[in-house]
Amino acid sequence: MKLLIQALRLFLILTLLTGVVYPAVVTMAAQLFFSYQANGSLVMKNGKLVGSELLAQKFQGEGYFWSRSSAADFATVPSGASNLGPTSAALKEAVLKRAEAFRKANHLSQGVALPSDIVFASGSGLDPHISPEAARLQADRVAKARKLSEGKRQMLYKLIDQYTEAPQFGVLGDPRVNVFRLNLAVDSL
Amino acid sequence: MDILDLTQIVLYAACLIVATPILGSFMAKVFEGEKNFLSPLLGPPEKLSYRLAGIDPKEEMGWKRYSLALLVFNALGFLTVYLLQIFQKSLPLNSQGLTNVSWDLAFNTAVSFMTNTNWQAYSGESTLGYLVQMLGLTVQNFLSAATGIAVMLGLIRGLTRKSAVGLGNFWVDLTRSTLYVLVPLSLLWALLLTGQGVVQNFTPYLKATTLEGSAQIIPLGPAASQIAIKQLGTNGGGFFGVNSAHPFENPTPFSNFLQMFALLMIPAAQVYMFGVMIKRKRQGLALLAAMSIIFVLAFGVALKAELLPNPVLGTSAAMEGKETRFGIANSVLWAVATSSASNGSVNAMHDSLSPLAGLIAMLNIMLGEVIFGGVGAGFYGILMHVILTVFIAGLMVGRTPEYLGKKIEGPEICWAVVAVLIPNAVILGGSVLANMLPCGISGISSAGPHGLSQILYAFSSAAGNNGSAFAGLNVNTVFYNVALGIAMLIGRFVVIIPALAIAGSLAGKKTAPVSSGTFPTDGALFILLLVSVILIVGALTFLPVLTLGPIVEHFLMLQGRAF
Repeated sequence: MKLLIQALRLFLILTLLTGVVYPAVVTMAAQLFFSYQANGSLVMKNGKLVGSELLAQKFQGEGYFWSRSSAADFATVPSGASNLGPTSAALKEAVLKRAEAFRKANHLSQGVALPSDIVFASGSGLDPHISPEAARLQADRVAKARKLSEGKRQMLYKLIDQYTEAPQFGVLGDPRVNVFRLNLAVDSL
Repeated sequence: MDILDLTQIVLYAACLIVATPILGSFMAKVFEGEKNFLSPLLGPPEKLSYRLAGIDPKEEMGWKRYSLALLVFNALGFLTVYLLQIFQKSLPLNSQGLTNVSWDLAFNTAVSFMTNTNWQAYSGESTLGYLVQMLGLTVQNFLSAATGIAVMLGLIRGLTRKSAVGLGNFWVDLTRSTLYVLVPLSLLWALLLTGQGVVQNFTPYLKATTLEGSAQIIPLGPAASQIAIKQLGTNGGGFFGVNSAHPFENPTPFSNFLQMFALLMIPAAQVYMFGVMIKRKRQGLALLAAMSIIFVLAFGVALKAELLPNPVLGTSAAMEGKETRFGIANSVLWAVATSSASNGSVNAMHDSLSPLAGLIAMLNIMLGEVIFGGVGAGFYGILMHVILTVFIAGLMVGRTPEYLGKKIEGPEICWAVVAVLIPNAVILGGSVLANMLPCGISGISSAGPHGLSQILYAFSSAAGNNGSAFAGLNVNTVFYNVALGIAMLIGRFVVIIPALAIAGSLAGKKTAPVSSGTFPTDGALFILLLVSVILIVGALTFLPVLTLGPIVEHFLMLQGRAF
């Protein structure tokens, strides 16, 4: 009985510490030092919330760069992946279809090798990035759809380079382009 | 693999090697009750906690009382998480108006977080409100890790004390691990992670209008505080459904590095701490060497497998289920680390890994999660294998086996065999059951051998208290919630109780002085034997079933067969 009372009391104390005080302290500090990040890296445009830098959006229009495929169709509640295995016929079919669709939309010949990220679906279904290669392959389509002049077209190419994030601190992670941020920049070309 | 990948891998190893002795020495100080740099700050609240709880920190507990305290305390944790879920709708901080969780899912989740498994048959953002995540899950992330540390400390005291009865005080071990180790590190990690973009707020979900004009819900919540301890406490339960693949949970390569680092930091440091506490550092280093050998082998095979061409998909290094910001090498490194460390968080979907990389993740779990292993759990897990190793070595030369001067006799061997074999039996037995019952088979989402792998992975993950999954398996059903819940309970407590029983038995023994007949347990021969015992026990138990799952899938893949 004594043991049970001790257990109960210590449980309450430690719950208060780790379940109330700790998250509250983290929240206060996070809001103080990193309020932009802690609140979801939100992006406003003309006073309206247009999304988060970190969450992929579904882009279908010819005038936008497209995100990676999302098995959950860019759902955020809940997020989801395909979980298709390495010998999955469904995955094989999906990859062939995506490759064909991507080639057709971007007027690429069969000879052009497509980067892996653009034909396979991401882990979160919300991957905000594509490889720089996948962005470059889409540039001409975007330029054409927006009827960009030659000068603007060159600026579009430059934008891709400008929005290519190098490995963090020079060593961590793979080079990548944030599709949402790139499209925002394209909109204001 | 290019030079960039290699640099990251080397950097990861280097950080761990540097951190291990620093954190290990600090933890030794904390648990020996010595003054440390946090004592002036944390001493008073620590004493206050004991006073409020009516605990005498000097009281010694025998192994049975220590175990009882542990079980009672864990039962309270289970009950709290269970109740918070089934009454969720009536509780505050549920801004999305999420409904009450069903009894079977609530049971599964409560067991899962109490046992440090963090198996998730639900998606956080659509199932659990902020209160449950914070007051239920985050708390258990701390307390289940602290429970593991307490068991480890009991075992270390059993090895060092002579003709003693007590193993220490469970309440003190629990409080000190939480207060001095887990909370400070989590505070630091949570802030670093927020700086990278992990969300931390209590705002209801927001509605955005995308650039193309469609609606997007932006899920939010107190994520960073939970994710920090999820990695540090080898828990692994994601705030969001896709875990650390989610951009709000793991937004940048640096946040990924921090989380991978946190995942192995304490499990490596605790082994060093053991060496310091028994005043024979080499003994700890020998165990670390054995763990590192298996880890490097496993990582090498998994990475090689992932880079191998897959004729079915017509590519190598497929990015299915992986995130662009991490790439292949970081995804595989995480998969190997999370499965060895009993963590279970993922930054890429294991179901979509190549057959042999998936096999490595599964095998790491099947080996008992002793390659660094869980917080506390990895140490007492490998100690069971150490006991088997010295026993086998003793049989070979015809001497009574000893470890650190303690005679290893009948009771210790029996308990060690129970702790090693029962979880294995649960993995195999559970998988057989699921394969025989329609309610088990109906969960499979892949045809061909991959379907067997999905079930096998689920029971390995549950019994090994890992928590990662081949997540294509539909597990939110009464059958899987209950069966995997029971597997988690057995996998946790049928190792903990034997470990404490061994501790109790060893504490009562005298320590024999080192003689010329003593088998040294800090040399290359011992390391080799230990590695062999771990691999042979694992291989003998699981090779047949692995052949039917990932191994046959690998060969079918090479032939271009799809299912």
